[in-house]
Amino acid sequence: MTGGGLAIETRGLTKRFGHHEAVSALDLDVPTGSVFGFLGPNGSGKTTTIRMLLALAAPSTGTISVLGSEMPSRSSDVLPRVGALVEGPGFYPFLSGAANLTRFDAAEPATSTRTRSSRVADALARVGLSAAARKKVGSYSLGMKQRLGIAVALLSPRDLIVLDEPTNGLDPQGTREVRALIRGLNADGTTVLVSSHLLAEIEQLCTHAAVMRTGRLVAQGGLDELRGTTAAFELLTPDAGEAIGVLARHGLEPHVARDAHSGGPSADAARVDADLPSSVRSEDLVAALVAADVRVRGVAVRRPSLEERFVELTGEGFDVER
Amino acid sequence: MSNADAIAATTDGPGVGTPPSRRGRGAGAFLLSELALLFRRRRTWALLGALAAIPVLLAIAVRLSGEGGGPSFVGDIAGNGLFTGFAAITVAVPLFLPLTIGVVAGDSAAGEASLGTLRYLLITPVGRIRLLLVKFAAAAVFCLTAALTVMIVGILIGLALFPIGPVTVLSGTEVPVVEAIGRALLIAVYVAVSLLGLSAIGLFISTLTDVPVGAMAATVVLSITSQILGSLSQLSALHPYLFTTHWFGFGDLLRDPISLTSFGENALLQLVYVVVFGSLAMGRFVTRDILS
Repeated sequence: MTGGGLAIETRGLTKRFGHHEAVSALDLDVPTGSVFGFLGPNGSGKTTTIRMLLALAAPSTGTISVLGSEMPSRSSDVLPRVGALVEGPGFYPFLSGAANLTRFDAAEPATSTRTRSSRVADALARVGLSAAARKKVGSYSLGMKQRLGIAVALLSPRDLIVLDEPTNGLDPQGTREVRALIRGLNADGTTVLVSSHLLAEIEQLCTHAAVMRTGRLVAQGGLDELRGTTAAFELLTPDAGEAIGVLARHGLEPHVARDAHSGGPSADAARVDADLPSSVRSEDLVAALVAADVRVRGVAVRRPSLEERFVELTGEGFDVER
Repeated sequence: MSNADAIAATTDGPGVGTPPSRRGRGAGAFLLSELALLFRRRRTWALLGALAAIPVLLAIAVRLSGEGGGPSFVGDIAGNGLFTGFAAITVAVPLFLPLTIGVVAGDSAAGEASLGTLRYLLITPVGRIRLLLVKFAAAAVFCLTAALTVMIVGILIGLALFPIGPVTVLSGTEVPVVEAIGRALLIAVYVAVSLLGLSAIGLFISTLTDVPVGAMAATVVLSITSQILGSLSQLSALHPYLFTTHWFGFGDLLRDPISLTSFGENALLQLVYVVVFGSLAMGRFVTRDILS
């Protein structure tokens, strides 16, 4: 089964642990070449899904296709093309960073012994750990371990990289570096799946996203699609009455905003709000308002942030729901 | 140069589809990596050091106390230093060697799980069966290393502290020193083979849990239980099937002419245990969800 332009495709993917359904009937579509944000509060089934994508856990029901091949049956063909960081880094604390990478590289049957040390040095350089290469991992900080975990995923060229909470434990500078790393990988054509419960960390990075809640997919698609197309048109004017008339003639449903304090510095001005349908252009509205002698003091077109959508989709916030 | 540039520069190069001809090399490389991992651990050296201490303490005790006393095989040390190796391995077989094997075999899968490295090995992908085979091979190498450590350190300390001469074997004849040393090393191999069944049991238990200490303890307890069962004459019907049955059968290697019957029987019995528990381990491990 091929994904047809999809790097990851799941259908009806379900994972039960006893009576508890950790993932329910998940239909995930990760387009090839995308940076895919896999979002959801803690405990929403993201990591369980990732474990199934990587053949660490078997689905209870449903199918998985990764890079065009069925998983977990074809995992020995698929996994060499996939790099991953899953649920935090895991290392041998008594070995150095470089020795740890060498170990994981040696575990992969298809890798070449000849290029091993240069690839290890390369991966360490890309995550900024060259200076700590000979130090024992036991003495690494959490952030350094996290970087080393990303380095494991970068040991060989990959078609798909899965990063589960890659910025955990990283300082703002480290987070920025990880973002740059992901952008760079993606620019080379690698599809990147990034999971996070912190939307803001990856919002600026993703081309696509999916949102999970209690094991179910509540939304997925392109980022603009997810934000929603409805924008809010906000007008600041002393001539609210006329403005409402003009806007109504353009098919909007305007009303005077209740929250007066957002009216801004002009005490005599009121704010008129209306949903802006995608068929109406805001510049046409402004032209019409001016033509009707409405004094326009300010105009804003606001789209809901992904954060707002995210909270809306996942419930109140980040509480564990089950 | 920004990070992004660095990546663009470094991800070029050969595609992931490495030619199949290179794949064969990988198996050896991973076994070497596993052995390096085992022998780079301080814990492994502590275990071997403890084993090496057995003949040393034995020899010093005999030296200090003068001749005689204790079991006859210990007393013989004073007469011929080569007996230190035989005496030490006899002392190590029931508890100390199984203890060290229990640590190494019990840690094999559970230790990787508890470190979190198991999931990274599996997505590399190492292949679950390949991982178990390599883990077992490493445990087998450790069995041989452990038995040889006891025997060789025993011979060396015997050389240092006592006179050396031709060894009177169990049949009453004498064999020259060089042949006696050869037989001593053969006994070490016998003991190493004896421990393979226990290694397979440890490996299996290790696939059942993410807690290495539990797997280690369970493995050691089983080796002791089996020896206790073997000592109860009421259970004699069971005795041929216990993996500890031939643990002390290496005396046959000290007969003249040398008898390899018990070596063969022991090897066969251990092979059965390796096949049975190896299969159980694979059956369990191949289908298991890795949630560690």
